Amino acid sequence: MQSNAQLEYDYSVVKAFTFATILFGIIGMLVGVIIAFQLAFPELSNLAGEYGTFGRLRPLHTNGVAFGFTLSGIFATWYYVGQRTLKMSLKESKLLMTVAKLHFGLYFLTILLAVVTLAMGFTSSKEYAELEWPLDVLVVVWWVLWGVAMFGMIGMRRERTIYVSTWYYMSSFLAVAMLYLFNNMEVPTFLWSGDAPSSLMHSISMYSGTNDALVQWWYGHNAVAFVFTTPIIGMIYYFLPKESGQNIFSYKLSVLAFWGLMFVYLWAGGHHLVYSTVPDWMQTMGSVMSVVLILPSWGSAINMLLTMKGEWQQLQTSPLIKFMILASTFYMLSTIEGPIQAIKSVNAIAHFTDWIPGHVHDGVLGWVGFMTIASLYHMAPRMFKREIYSKKLMDAQFWIQTVAIILYFTSMWIAGITQGMMWRAYDEYGSLLYSFIDTVTVLQPYYTIRAVGGLLYLIGFFMFAYNMYKTATVGRVLDREPANASPMAV
Amino acid sequence: MFHWLEQRPFFFAVALFLTVAFAGFVEIIPDFAKASQPTVGTKPYSVLELAGRQVYIKDSCNACHSQLVRPFKSETDRYGMYSLSGEYAYDRPFLWGSKRTGPDLMRVGNYRTTDWHENHMMAPSEVVPGSIMPAYPHQFTNEADIATAYANANTQKEVFGTPYDQADMPKLGSWDEANAQALDDAKAIAKDMKNQEVKDAVAGGKIPEVVALIAYLNSLK
Repeated sequence: MQSNAQLEYDYSVVKAFTFATILFGIIGMLVGVIIAFQLAFPELSNLAGEYGTFGRLRPLHTNGVAFGFTLSGIFATWYYVGQRTLKMSLKESKLLMTVAKLHFGLYFLTILLAVVTLAMGFTSSKEYAELEWPLDVLVVVWWVLWGVAMFGMIGMRRERTIYVSTWYYMSSFLAVAMLYLFNNMEVPTFLWSGDAPSSLMHSISMYSGTNDALVQWWYGHNAVAFVFTTPIIGMIYYFLPKESGQNIFSYKLSVLAFWGLMFVYLWAGGHHLVYSTVPDWMQTMGSVMSVVLILPSWGSAINMLLTMKGEWQQLQTSPLIKFMILASTFYMLSTIEGPIQAIKSVNAIAHFTDWIPGHVHDGVLGWVGFMTIASLYHMAPRMFKREIYSKKLMDAQFWIQTVAIILYFTSMWIAGITQGMMWRAYDEYGSLLYSFIDTVTVLQPYYTIRAVGGLLYLIGFFMFAYNMYKTATVGRVLDREPANASPMAV
Repeated sequence: MFHWLEQRPFFFAVALFLTVAFAGFVEIIPDFAKASQPTVGTKPYSVLELAGRQVYIKDSCNACHSQLVRPFKSETDRYGMYSLSGEYAYDRPFLWGSKRTGPDLMRVGNYRTTDWHENHMMAPSEVVPGSIMPAYPHQFTNEADIATAYANANTQKEVFGTPYDQADMPKLGSWDEANAQALDDAKAIAKDMKNQEVKDAVAGGKIPEVVALIAYLNSLK
C-alpha cells in the first residue's frame, strides 16, 4: 500500500461536480420553495403562464434535487472517495480521466436539457422518470461512462480490499442501471405515425395500466433506495471516520447491514401500491418487507452513531460532525417512519396525503441534504488546499436548516393525518362529513409553515454556497493536507 | 466468504446484482400477463380523448389528482365504484398518481359536465371557492396535438395489439380519417361550451387543448 503523500489525486472532476451540486441544489430547492408557496397562496400559481403552474414545476423540482443536486453530490464524492480508498489517481490514466470528464459534460448537458424540456411539458408522467426518451438515451450513456470510470478505477487499485463506501457506490451503479432501463422501456410513437406530422419527443410505455404501475413503483421506490440511500451511506462510511478520526464501530455490522439492505430493499416497492389493483400478495410482501427493512437501515445508522463512542464532545466543537450525526439520526427517523406508513392500516390513512411528502423530506433534507453538505465541506480544504472560510457561518447554517426541517415535517405530519381522517369521516346519518374542498382549505396554515420551512432550508443552502465560494477563493492557504478534523476559521 | 468477495470486485458485483435483482424476478414476472387483460366493456380511447390525455400529462394533472379508487366505503361513496385492474388495460402510461392535493378523477365523467370543466379550467376558484388549483387559460388557446395522438393510438394498435378498428371498438383508420373524426368529436364537445374563441376555433378546423382535455375527462367513467 502506498501512502497518501506519494499519490497526487486529481480534483478537477470532483470540483466540477461540486459546482454542479451547488448550482442544481439552488435551482431545485428554489423551485421547491416556489411550489410550496403556491399551495399556501394559490394566487402565485399563474404568474408565469403555463410555465409557472404547479404541474409543470413539480417534476422540475423533483428532478432538479434528485438528479441535479443529489447525483452531482454522489458523483463528486465518488471521484474523491474512490481515488482515496482505492489508492489510485485519475491522473495515472488518460483514458479514465477522459471518461470522467465526458461523464461530467454529458451529465451537465442532460440536466440542463431536462430543465428546458420539463418546463415545456415534455414528460412521460412516471414519477422520477419523467424525462422523455431522447434524454433517457443520454442518461444511459453517461451512466455507462460512470460505470466505466468506476470499474476502471477499481481495476487500477493498489488497495486489494474494496472499502465499504465503494460497495455502496457500486450497488447504486448496478441497481439504478437495471431499474432505469426497465422502467423507461418506451416506444417513440413517431415510428408508427403513418402520415401524421407527430411529435418526435413523444413515447408511450411498454407496459399498460396495472403492470405499468408495478414496474414504476418497483423503480420509484428503489430509485429512492439507490440514489437517496445507498450512495449516501457510502459517503458517511468514509467521511464520518475521516472527519472524526474514529474507526468504524463494527465491520461485521457493516457487512450485515449492506447485504441485508441489498436483499430487502427491492421488495418494499409494493408498499406504494397498497389497496391498489396489483395482486394482494405483492402488497402484503411490500408491507412486510418494509418492516424488515428497519433492521439493515438501523444497522448502518447505529454503526455510524457508535463510531462516535467516547468522542461525543466533537459535537460541541465541530459543526461538520453535527451535520453528519444529525444526518444519521434523520436517516433513523425516516427509516422507521417509512415502515410505519407501509403497514396496511396506516397506509389506508396516509396514502395520497401530505404525510408522504413530509416523510420524503425528513429523509432528503435531513439525511441526503445534510450528508451531502457535510461531505462537500470536508472535501473543500483538501481539494482547494485552503481552510474553511467560516465556522460560525457553518454553525448558523446548521441551526437554520435544522429548524427548517422540523417545521417541514411536523406541519406535513399534521396536514397528512388531518386530511386522511377528514376524507373518511362520516356524520351520524352515515353521509360523508366533509366535501373535498373542506379538506383542502383546512391545510392552509400547514402549507404556510411548510413553505417557511422550505425557505429557511434554502437560505441555509445559500449560506453553504457562500461559505464554499469564500473557502475556494479567500480561505487561508494550508501548507499540508489536514489528517482528520477539517480546519476552519472562526 | 465476504472477505473473499471484497477482494474480487467482479464476483462482488455479480453477487450484488443477483441479490438486488432477485425481488424483481419474483414480484414482477408471475402476474404480468394476467394483470393486463381488459375488463369486459373496456374500450381504447378515441384519438381526441388520447390528445386530451396527452394534455393531462403535459400539464402533470397527475401531480395532484389520483385515478385510483381504493376499496373503502369512504372512497366509493365519494368517487364511485372501486377500481379494477382490467379498467386500466389501455392506459399507457398509467396515471394513478400518488397524491390527492385535489380529488380523485377515476370516474369524474360520471358527475361533471363539459360546461363545468370549461368554467373550472378557466378559473377554478370561481367554481369551487377555496380551490388552490391553478387556472389553465393557456389550454383555451394552445392547439391540441391530434397528430401525436394519432401516432399514439396507431403505435398501440400496431405494437401492442390494442383492438382499434375491430367490431364494437373505436375506429382509427388512416391519419386523414382519424383527423376528421377527431374534429367531429371536438365539434360535439364545443357545442356544449360557451367560450366564443373556442367555438370559432373548432368551427375553423382547429382543436384547442381544453376541448381534447374535456373529451378525455368525460370519458373517465
